[in-house]
Amino acid sequence: MREGQPFFRVDWVIENADVLARRIGEQLFITGIAIVIGFLLSFAVALLVRRYPRLYGPVLGATGLFYSIPSIALFVLLIPITGLSLLTAEIALVGYAMVILVRNIVTALRTVPPEVLEAADGMGYTASQRLWRVELPIAVPIIVAGLRIATVTIMGLVTIATLIGMGGLGYLIVNIGISQRFPTATLVGVTLVVVLSVIIDAALLFGQRRLTPWSAARGA
Amino acid sequence: MTSAPDTTIPRSAPSPAPGSGAVVALEHVTKRYGDAPPAVDDLSLTINAGEICVLVGPSGCGKTTTMKMINRLIEPTSGRITIDGEDVARLPAVELRRRIGYVIQQVGLFPHMTVTDNVAVVPRLLRWPAARIRERVDELLELVGLDPAAYAGRYPAALSGGERQRIGVARALAADPPVMLMDEPFGAVDPIRRERLQNEFLRLQAQVRKTVVFVTHDVDEAIKMADRIAILQRGGVLAQYDTPDAILAHPASEFVEHFVGADRGLKRLSLGRVRDLPLQQPAIVRVGERGAEALPKIAASADGHALVIDDADRPLGWIDAGDVAPDAVVTEEAATPGSPPLQPETTLRDALSAMLLSSVQLGVVVDGHDRVLGVVSVDAISDALRAPVDASRASIDGAGDGQAEASVP
Repeated sequence: MREGQPFFRVDWVIENADVLARRIGEQLFITGIAIVIGFLLSFAVALLVRRYPRLYGPVLGATGLFYSIPSIALFVLLIPITGLSLLTAEIALVGYAMVILVRNIVTALRTVPPEVLEAADGMGYTASQRLWRVELPIAVPIIVAGLRIATVTIMGLVTIATLIGMGGLGYLIVNIGISQRFPTATLVGVTLVVVLSVIIDAALLFGQRRLTPWSAARGA
Repeated sequence: MTSAPDTTIPRSAPSPAPGSGAVVALEHVTKRYGDAPPAVDDLSLTINAGEICVLVGPSGCGKTTTMKMINRLIEPTSGRITIDGEDVARLPAVELRRRIGYVIQQVGLFPHMTVTDNVAVVPRLLRWPAARIRERVDELLELVGLDPAAYAGRYPAALSGGERQRIGVARALAADPPVMLMDEPFGAVDPIRRERLQNEFLRLQAQVRKTVVFVTHDVDEAIKMADRIAILQRGGVLAQYDTPDAILAHPASEFVEHFVGADRGLKRLSLGRVRDLPLQQPAIVRVGERGAEALPKIAASADGHALVIDDADRPLGWIDAGDVAPDAVVTEEAATPGSPPLQPETTLRDALSAMLLSSVQLGVVVDGHDRVLGVVSVDAISDALRAPVDASRASIDGAGDGQAEASVP
């Protein structure tokens, strides 16, 4: 902290409202891309694992290994290949999203009770009808739970991506707050990350409840 | 020796009438898994249209495998299965399955669909118009005894086990398939509820007359439900295929004799139904009635007991003169609960067993809405049995088994 300066400067927040808004936009943009692409890829991998169950072990092993790479190290390792770019950030972020989502979607599909699958086959659903009309709808609550964890995790990781020049709320926390010893920016950045995470988490939960009214009937 | 019709305990199940069922025929059907001994070995079996055929046998006898080959959840290694002469292998499997009702022990209702959507699954797969589906769902819910207004919008999680099982049956019947496959459908419910569900299904079947292939490991259930029983032994070998009465009277082999049990004389009690007995009208007292009105009725009854019923005519229990004061009203608490209520479809065996356990040895017979129809006595069962059992003893003795003596109460 610089001498003679209050710990928190409300006037700075008000003066820089437009900058904060832009940083929030960046944060959401980077997170959104990682989650959307990560989810689509994870979904494809999960369907592949469902089709070829022998892939289950290797896929979980590979994602687990990926997860153990520290995120800063991964960003740095990618720089020689893809440079200081959004691509670098997204490759790493999509990877982390997939670690959570692949395992989650595979597990969600596996929790569909065997008697439900047997009934579906016995009723005369085709394989794809069974997937889209029975297995996936039943898996939705668990899939959304994974999506919530992934989103919050990626939100946090995006703040680290500022180290490779990605902006976002990490820019406030690190580049202004820590590097320039200006705690107001750090505090604002962290608060915004937390608030955004909570809002997105609540929105996903709300969406899931709307999508699966039956899951509330459980135990009723 | 064959058992002549007049030597059998009267069985009021009507003979197969032309219904909506189809003939199911298995011709030399074999199922092998790798090099292991066959799960089902050269099985030939013709199931008449509109009959309930129960596949029964010890575990590993291939009964479920046999059933699942009919809708091709399992493909036979060799042999042919036909429905009304049409080879099931010629149809795409999903089309075949949409024409065959399927009920399993764990029911397998789709948890994310309402009762309506569950029942509507097959009609929707068959692309029925929406109005027809709605009509059909209501009709089916009524058929299985559930009020459409109360149940249509519920999710399976909000249903009891028995209700789920009924919805499972309604779902299987939705597109009016000629054939129904039922894999231990009542295996997961408690004995009293199972009895009710069995009775309900028999009542339903009397209306719809499907060809039903019913798998169970429970001989008593087989005897109760079957028009014909196929007893399978390990390795999917058909040990005997005949009516329950004929199997009990003339087991074809030592295996069958063993499997149906040493008490097969007693098991023949399962062939008679409560509806075959004369119903008596007991003294009846309604809850809330004054003691002064109830006491004369109790005094006038044959055995000094009166049956207490509630406002909906449902039985609550029995009272005698000691339970009632002239200046008080009759309460539910005063009544001593009797045996669980019997239904017209209850077998004499279950009825006897229930009645022997209660203090008042009368069985209360109720209809599908639990309303009292009358009572039956242990003596009535004994009377109903005496002539037929005496007559059939000759044939059982002829098979070299003196166990029938034990069956005369």
